[in-house]
Amino acid sequence: MSEPQRTPFVDSQLEAAAQARLPGSSIGWLQAARRENLDAFAASGLPDTRMEAWKYTALRALGQRHFASGDEQAASRAVDASAFALPGIDGPALVFVNGVFRADLSRIDALPAGLDLQPLSQALQGDAEPLRFALSRHYREGGDVFARLNAALAGDGVVLRVAAGAKIAQPVHLLFIGAPGEVDLAWHVRHVIELGEDAELSLIEHHASSGDQQHLGTQVADIVLRKGARLRQVTLQDAATGSTLVRHDSVQLDAQAQASLYVLELGGALVRHDLHANLAGDRSRLETRGVFVLGGRQHVDTQMAIRHQALNTSSESVWRGVADQRSRGVFRGAIVVAEGADGSDASLSSKNLLLSGQAEIDTKPELEIYADEVKASHGATVGQLDERSLFYLRSRGIPLAEARSMLTAAFCRAVFEPLPEEGLREHLYHQLMAHLPSA
Amino acid sequence: MLKIENLHARVEGKDILKGLTLTVNAGEVHAIMGPNGAGKSTLGNVLSGRDGYEVTEGSVTFNGVDLLALEPEARAAAGVFLAFQYPVEIPGVNNTYFLRAALNAQRKQRGERELDSMQFLKLVREKLKIMQISDELLHRAVNEGFSGGEKKRNEIFQMAVLEPKLAILDETDSGLDIDALKQVAQGVNALRSAERGFLVITHYQRLLDYIEPDFVHVLADGRIVESGDKTLALKLEEQGYAWVTDKDPVLHGASA
Repeated sequence: MSEPQRTPFVDSQLEAAAQARLPGSSIGWLQAARRENLDAFAASGLPDTRMEAWKYTALRALGQRHFASGDEQAASRAVDASAFALPGIDGPALVFVNGVFRADLSRIDALPAGLDLQPLSQALQGDAEPLRFALSRHYREGGDVFARLNAALAGDGVVLRVAAGAKIAQPVHLLFIGAPGEVDLAWHVRHVIELGEDAELSLIEHHASSGDQQHLGTQVADIVLRKGARLRQVTLQDAATGSTLVRHDSVQLDAQAQASLYVLELGGALVRHDLHANLAGDRSRLETRGVFVLGGRQHVDTQMAIRHQALNTSSESVWRGVADQRSRGVFRGAIVVAEGADGSDASLSSKNLLLSGQAEIDTKPELEIYADEVKASHGATVGQLDERSLFYLRSRGIPLAEARSMLTAAFCRAVFEPLPEEGLREHLYHQLMAHLPSA
Repeated sequence: MLKIENLHARVEGKDILKGLTLTVNAGEVHAIMGPNGAGKSTLGNVLSGRDGYEVTEGSVTFNGVDLLALEPEARAAAGVFLAFQYPVEIPGVNNTYFLRAALNAQRKQRGERELDSMQFLKLVREKLKIMQISDELLHRAVNEGFSGGEKKRNEIFQMAVLEPKLAILDETDSGLDIDALKQVAQGVNALRSAERGFLVITHYQRLLDYIEPDFVHVLADGRIVESGDKTLALKLEEQGYAWVTDKDPVLHGASA
């Protein structure tokens, strides 16, 4: 193997690691994991597009950039979190500014019974043993370079546990605000989420920005659903236009567990989302429903990998992409039905709309089946707005620009229809409409 | 109101309309009949401003305005309405939402105040009675999963709400059984008024049993070759289009 290039990016992060004062530094296994992941990061550097997982997302420009670590001011920056309130969502909330937990902006004083919710920085001061499994992970997959970096440098994040049988009525709001600083910053958050047997939770992951900035944020989340647990998660990604955001989610579903994951990708200059789900228990069920709406020179890359590992598991994935101007969307949906996962049912639909001749969308559904009696289907399209429909709307008096946004919104809208929280659903529609080209 | 003079138009490099002249005044119902390929649908599409139709000669004025210079949405706002031969299904766009957006877009272009949802609902209730359309259609996506009859009734319902000055019905009778045809015709008749003109494009005389025209024109090879009153339609029904095309020296000469 050739020696990886030491880019300014890698150097700046190694420098950051040398200076970092991370919580939990007295925990031996944690320090060992941090070191091992950092060494792996230093050894691999950033991947290039010859690597399959990064084929459509070039990191050359990122490699030339320098990010300072840890925002010293994050704890005191004036940020109006109420600007990011979501309709009907007024339950527990954890708020982070540039990756640093802000108790003053959060709501965790009166948590419902059965819900344990705290920032990672705090959890590491207590008994860290329950976090050991998740935080000892070594990211050995070639493409997991940001997960390695995150494992080495994350000092905060969300630790959330729902006790067996607890049904948490109010959705939990996790808000990550990127705030402009004096320099470009790199921040890293690490989440450990577990729902006990038959527990139920509705979770909102919300990335927002209090002003223009070009930070790099990374997030790694491990989510485990024990037998019969039910999770509904809505991710609203509305990061700053110039920012880079890399998320790496792993979801494990034990028997009869159910997860419904909704994703709306709107912001960011360079956004990468890896979503790995493992249907590990019999009759577990996963639903993923996502939309990206891109403009300018945005680049958003979603890499979804679903593994059916047990009997009678099912997954349904519905994704819609819209790209305007010179933006680029990438969607890869890989579904594996492993040997022995008989009676499984997998469907994947990726439909995409190009609103400009310079926009590009690459979609790639992959299906590998090694089991028997499997029902599987997938479909992917990339197209343009239907001229006949456009003319029909215009012939009734609706101006071209409005007709285009009406049809584009309709194209995306069905994705969020099953979302039961009405206020939140309407909010997603409005956000989506606001990002569509209007003129 | 509508004045078409010596209109020539081509589609995909092929001349379809070859010198069509026609005047429609407010309050009049004109039927345009003709054999397949005569240019009937082209006329409707050119008047409503569909892409892909190139006008090479002639003019169309609508209440003194050069209609051909307007975008489709501006023509609609000026009062031109095309009832489609094949109404388009638009999944994900609610029928009521669409209609309100259309009405308000037109009103805005005309400098009129937009209707709020209460005012709009009241208007819709009134018009529903005329068209005998069920509420249920309003809550569905535009034309999605509608039967042929429902689609055509929805077109006429839109016309009722938008209240155009000129309504062009493009083969509205195609694909309808006799009951659906009667319902559609009933809706159209309810909208006839001294201020509104109609251009009823049809291949068959059948529709004209229910929508009685003031004038009937025969369109053949891109021109109007014969005009008369409603008895012309009956004569065509009896004798077929060959009767007029044979009479026309140009057409006859061309086919001889």
